[in-house]
Amino acid sequence: MSTILSFTILGLFTGAAYAIAASGLVLTYTTTRVFNIAHGAFGMVMAFIFWDFSQRQGMPLWLSLVLVLGVVAPGTGWFVQRFVTRGLGDAPVSVSLVVTVGLFVGLIGLAQYLWPPEPRTLPPFLPDQGMEIGGTYVTAHQMITIALSVVVAGLLYLLLNRTRIGTAMRAAVDNPMLLRLFGGRPDRVASLSWAIGISLAALAGILLTPVIGLSYYDLTLLVINAYAAAMLGKLKSLPLTFVGAMGLGILQSFAVAYLPTEGNLAGLRAVVPALFLFVVIIAMPQAQLRIGQVKGIVSAPQPSFPKSLGWGLVLVLGVAVLTAAMSDANLLLVGTAATYAMVMLSLVLLTGYGGHVSLAQFTFAGVGALAYAKLDEPNLYGLLMSALIAALVGALVALPVLRLTGLYLALATLAFGVLMDKLVFQADFAFGYNGTLHAERLSVLGRSFTSTGGYVLVMSVFFVLMAVVLLQLRRGVLGRLLIAMRDSPAACGTLGLDMRWFRVALFGLSAGMAGLAGGLFAGLRGTIGAADFQLFNSLPLLLLAVVCGVTSVTGAALGGVGLMLLPVLQSSRPELAGLVFAILGFGAVALGRDPNGIANLLFGLGHRLDRRFGDRIRTAIPVLPLPRSRADSGEDNAVPLSGLTTIPDPAHDEEVGVHVAARG
Amino acid sequence: MSLLEVDDVVVQFGGVTAVDHAAFTADAGRITGLIGPNGAGKTTCFNVISGLQRPTHGRVLFEGRSVTRLPVHRRARRGMGRTFQRLEAFGSLSVRDNVRVARDIHRGLLGVLRPSAVDVDGLLERVGIAAYAGDRADSIPTGAARLLELARCLAGDPKILLLDEPSSGLDESETDAFGELLAELAAEGRAILMVEHDMDLVMSVCDDIHVLDFGRVIASGPPAVIRADREVQRAYLGYADEPEDHDRANDDTRTDLPAVETTMSIPAVTP
Repeated sequence: MSTILSFTILGLFTGAAYAIAASGLVLTYTTTRVFNIAHGAFGMVMAFIFWDFSQRQGMPLWLSLVLVLGVVAPGTGWFVQRFVTRGLGDAPVSVSLVVTVGLFVGLIGLAQYLWPPEPRTLPPFLPDQGMEIGGTYVTAHQMITIALSVVVAGLLYLLLNRTRIGTAMRAAVDNPMLLRLFGGRPDRVASLSWAIGISLAALAGILLTPVIGLSYYDLTLLVINAYAAAMLGKLKSLPLTFVGAMGLGILQSFAVAYLPTEGNLAGLRAVVPALFLFVVIIAMPQAQLRIGQVKGIVSAPQPSFPKSLGWGLVLVLGVAVLTAAMSDANLLLVGTAATYAMVMLSLVLLTGYGGHVSLAQFTFAGVGALAYAKLDEPNLYGLLMSALIAALVGALVALPVLRLTGLYLALATLAFGVLMDKLVFQADFAFGYNGTLHAERLSVLGRSFTSTGGYVLVMSVFFVLMAVVLLQLRRGVLGRLLIAMRDSPAACGTLGLDMRWFRVALFGLSAGMAGLAGGLFAGLRGTIGAADFQLFNSLPLLLLAVVCGVTSVTGAALGGVGLMLLPVLQSSRPELAGLVFAILGFGAVALGRDPNGIANLLFGLGHRLDRRFGDRIRTAIPVLPLPRSRADSGEDNAVPLSGLTTIPDPAHDEEVGVHVAARG
Repeated sequence: MSLLEVDDVVVQFGGVTAVDHAAFTADAGRITGLIGPNGAGKTTCFNVISGLQRPTHGRVLFEGRSVTRLPVHRRARRGMGRTFQRLEAFGSLSVRDNVRVARDIHRGLLGVLRPSAVDVDGLLERVGIAAYAGDRADSIPTGAARLLELARCLAGDPKILLLDEPSSGLDESETDAFGELLAELAAEGRAILMVEHDMDLVMSVCDDIHVLDFGRVIASGPPAVIRADREVQRAYLGYADEPEDHDRANDDTRTDLPAVETTMSIPAVTP
């Protein structure tokens, strides 16, 4: 009996902390319609600042608390709302989510840079005090946390229901435009709610740190628990959010108490929040098609078929030259870049054309790699089967959220990534705990490619094939439909399109592309493990894809090279490792509003140069039979090639195994 | 039997009753006008008919069968086409591609393999926007975009056309041409149900008119009867001579509110 009581109290404690975090999330989302994926990351950074004030600089506890909760956190919230997320509420989810993912990655990088990894402890409040309740010892810290959650709930109730600005906040939830018409100031409301929201994230982080430790990732991931709780309240209702948070806390505590600690189910305890999130999302009611939100987007130009084929050949020839000239270790890097580029191609389809966001695209690559290694059929059949399996898994993830849109689909992929990370990839039937699997290199039609150079060439051919097929799709019926669905789902519906299955198919296709890349990657590396496909790798992937241009295959090629270079850059200057992520993250925050990215700037430059010098070049060069339109944007040529030729020098050979995963 | 029958429909948003036991019909081969002051619940009725809004109470019958529980796309496949008061053109596609998308959707998965009977450029010609065929849909004038939505509907060969303020944004001669087009379309056997503020157009082309006020149908009948109806005059026509007041904030449910029409505009980051 007393075990149940003690675990209930433990559950109430964590639930109370989740409730505080989740109410902040709900507040910011409802008033500004920007879902802050980085909510937990803000809590993490604030907990670090609190540690810095109270432990490193030795300020009194109360002063540190007042400074963090009263000055730093609200200031940060105000700043972020004012300069980063303002105006994002009406943007498509592929823009608003990417910007907060940028904050997420940037904040982790910043924390790693400012507070390099070393053991740090934060003592609980009133460490020596506590009391006996029904035979269970309850610490003062736990009681304080539970009491604070009640205080937060009460204050939020008073704020929203008894004050002028609170009424304006509730009005902003319903309609910011009307609020402005009636003399309210939506911007001021938004700033205030972000200030309060980040403060609540900070409070939750500070309260949880003594229990789960001061870690970059654990604290950041806590946000998933907050999402799960907030989802129960449909991201609107604060009371239901509190109920969800408490329920989740107790559920998790009981899972720790009563679920087996060994065997394949052991991982279940770690994924309770993700499962909870998944279940709540599935139980959400059908989303209604919204009208009056049409947004045309200027996409990257579409090259003609001969032109794309021409540039594909140029790319393959370039890689062929590289394979002749480079060491195997460097070629592995080229192959890694090709893998990343292929996974990014799958994002071009899903995000660039389709407007949906996947936060776990690497996980699908992992499914493909796992299938490839397990099937042990190192030929085209095995590779295609791996892709098919990944596609089916992708469709399965999208299936439950069939009826929902954008944000929920992205959150479902996040929950899926956590599930795969902790429950499946590390299970005995998969890679095993810290284990690896062996994979043979692919043979095509009886010809095997055992040399690294030959294999990398095959990979580049696969990239080109995928890119050409993708562009062909874009030009055809499917491409038009994708754009139409992105621009106006309501119009597509009233024209008779059943978007639900279309969305599942799109998601499956994209996951299949990532799975194919994963299978090829397994063959390239020979040995693969769960660590190669961590959820956290997917976030920089998404960011680089967007920064480089998620609407064009050129962007995918650029992004692949960029993502491969990240760890190389990090290991060349280990002390700046965190800074690289901070730059990437905050760079994405600045550039995320234009999903056409760097690639489009290059296209623009190409056209400008073409206008100035094109005719002169065309008359100077005799007509060649191959790419019809090669001269009309000769500069695009430099895009994939110059990217690939900036492979680092051999001094970094030892970095081949390093991954983009920023491990804490 | 009427092609479309709206039967005792009630829609409530929180405490507001937007549509209050409305009942009216639309017949094949006839043009039916749905008129009423701003906020009378006309667009909400359209949303209920096309499936974008679930009614609190009541039924929608199409060809004698209830479609009240059918999702939006299934109703479209049965033969309902609609345009929107707030434009829903595919902004990043060309005008021609907008119609192509509608044609592709209409043909279905396997239909892509068959040659299509739908002549896309012919449709653009017919509604009178052939000149814009190659332009991006978010760059053309509002009036043309409304006609584009009509052309897009027609690509699916619907039995009924629900047109939400189709003539706003058209000049006088364009409106005349549009009226002729409507008559042609009705002569082909289609039912046309039209929400419209241009009283000259309504009175000249409509065969039947239903008048909504505060969500209730206060009058139904041919134009001459409606014009003479005292309650209608008091509720609506009394100030119909004044310039049209397009105060959208009051016109509709709040889902229609944010005034976003074409390209997305996100303020740049100001560091």
